[in-house]
Amino acid sequence: MNLNKSLSALSNVCGVSGDERAAVCTALEMLHNYTDSCRIVNGNVIADFGVRGQGKPHVLIDAHLDEIGLTVSYIDEDGFIIPSNIGGIDVRLLPAQKVIIHSRGGDIYAVVSTVPPHLSSSDPVLSDIGDVRIDTGYSREELEKLVSPGDTISFSSEYKNLLSSNVTGKSLDNRSSVAAVLKMLDILSDKYYECSFSVLFSCKEETGEQGAKTGCYNINPDIAIAVDVSFALTNDDSPEKCGRLGEGPMIGAAPTLSREVTQRLIDTAIKNNIPYQIEVMGGLSGTNADQFSISRNGVKTCTCSIPLRYMHTPTEVASLEDIENTAALLAAFISEV
Amino acid sequence: MQYLKELSDLYGVSGFEDNVRDYICTIIKGKCEYHIDNLGDIIAFKQGRKRPAHKIMVAAHMDEVGMIATYICDNGTIKFDTVGGINADVIAGRQVVFCSSGITGAVGMKAVHHLSRESRKKPVSKDNLYIDIGASSRQEAEKYVRCGDYISFCSDYFNMGNDIICGKALDDRAGCAVMLSMIESDLEYDTYFAFNVQEEVGLRGAAASAYSIDPDFAVVLEATTASDISGVTGHKRVCVLGQGPAVSFMDRRTIYDREMYNIAFETAKANSINCQTKTMVAGGNDSGVIHTSRSGVRTLAVSVPCRYLHSPHCIIKRSDLLDMKKLTMLLIQRVAVL
Repeated sequence: MNLNKSLSALSNVCGVSGDERAAVCTALEMLHNYTDSCRIVNGNVIADFGVRGQGKPHVLIDAHLDEIGLTVSYIDEDGFIIPSNIGGIDVRLLPAQKVIIHSRGGDIYAVVSTVPPHLSSSDPVLSDIGDVRIDTGYSREELEKLVSPGDTISFSSEYKNLLSSNVTGKSLDNRSSVAAVLKMLDILSDKYYECSFSVLFSCKEETGEQGAKTGCYNINPDIAIAVDVSFALTNDDSPEKCGRLGEGPMIGAAPTLSREVTQRLIDTAIKNNIPYQIEVMGGLSGTNADQFSISRNGVKTCTCSIPLRYMHTPTEVASLEDIENTAALLAAFISEV
Repeated sequence: MQYLKELSDLYGVSGFEDNVRDYICTIIKGKCEYHIDNLGDIIAFKQGRKRPAHKIMVAAHMDEVGMIATYICDNGTIKFDTVGGINADVIAGRQVVFCSSGITGAVGMKAVHHLSRESRKKPVSKDNLYIDIGASSRQEAEKYVRCGDYISFCSDYFNMGNDIICGKALDDRAGCAVMLSMIESDLEYDTYFAFNVQEEVGLRGAAASAYSIDPDFAVVLEATTASDISGVTGHKRVCVLGQGPAVSFMDRRTIYDREMYNIAFETAKANSINCQTKTMVAGGNDSGVIHTSRSGVRTLAVSVPCRYLHSPHCIIKRSDLLDMKKLTMLLIQRVAVL
């Protein structure tokens, strides 16, 4: 598996929460390299590996497939789209962004409206999603024939390689993790493992982890690992709130996570010489893990996060090395359960 | 309009217009006489069927707004200054490219999760922005970036609905494209063409080219602010896409030649060409230095209305560009025999 190529394909495809269809197709195609038994249940992609039972635990390896974005909520008198956000977005970076409206008739390219410096007296602040307008070039009458409320809008930001093994693009939250899980399957394809496990590419994480809740119920695991991204230190952030890019997967430690699984992940990393960082959280993790741990009668859960800079912007930055190391850690964990 | 896509996609931040200049030269070679002056302006002369009574110059600028690297931080990120007026909020969250080396950078923002409610309302400040090229140290970054390197938006030209064009440098490659199209047309009268540098940093190139051409009349082809966007009404729209080129009576740098202004509207009306004026006195262009060149040049600006000027995504309407060319050609014929 060529990680760079796979991540590029995954990052460039649209999969805004609730409309993950295109991302599902891309991920399924890649998943089919490792199994024929994929199923789609209520938006979640699930694949099972190994024989369940035998007194060994069943492990859930999850990566959410959805990304943040926008949706059409209204077309105004001037023919501009008034959007709503899907997931958390810093509205201030929207002006003059290129976006794609995924309408029934096909993709429509558009630009977020803004006022140029020639007309703005001081620094303008667009900070309320209600004030955002999207320009398609069409009049209201024309646009109403092409676009409907509820149509998904995604950022248009192409995946690119930076220096070292770093990459930039949209939706690296969380396609980096999807790529890591696929890479894990790649490593495991010629390795012996005793336990059974399921891969869950879950939907709707960004809107409240709904896919995780139903997916975990469906799979009914004993142990769950939510593979997601977490904050990598940037120039304008605090070191105590962040991990560091390129220094390995961030293993979660929190009251809501299983201390046993946290420790087991750390031990696995040490034993296999895989660099890792510990991410301490005081309560909830803000990831799918929060759903897994209280699914059915409870699941031993931990997070394994890939450091990511500029989360939820169209220019997220991740390290391919971190993704490789995350895959290696997950594969070693499965082999040694 | 031929060449516009290629022109808009070229990197030509003020002071580093080389790619645009080379491209234009390859097109005009053999079609007119031209030379390049000390600042880098292209000064071209195309013979028409007749000699005009006055020397006429048409001008557009080759440069675009962008950024320039000012400092390489210890952690390998790059600080920059803007070249020309750009609001910080159209730089944040964008991919950029270093024009010489071609390497990509990302202008990120602190994750929204880590922002307080108040800081989410604060304007994005240029001073806090920086470019991430993936380098992990200053030493690594220095292999690829030097202070003074030019940086441009990563933004490819594309078509939108309703005959609308989007590109990063339509200001003022639109004017350049119209001039190229004129050079490739049969001209009634001898005409000078100035492809200027450094408009966005204070109308520098035009000062030199206007001096050396020493025209009697000048027509400046520009892209000007259209604010015909949602919720904006009346005069605040400035000008409107689809209603033809904007002919200004005045902006912040120039009070335009009244007779040329009137002729432009008469000509447009007589030939059923869409044409409008700007309903706000704002902005400025190369006319500012052209009309005061030597002992004065009678000057008019004819501009394509452009939304989101000085952002990675300027948009204009194709029909306005065609009307702009038609009107300019006819205007020159009138001015030539004034």
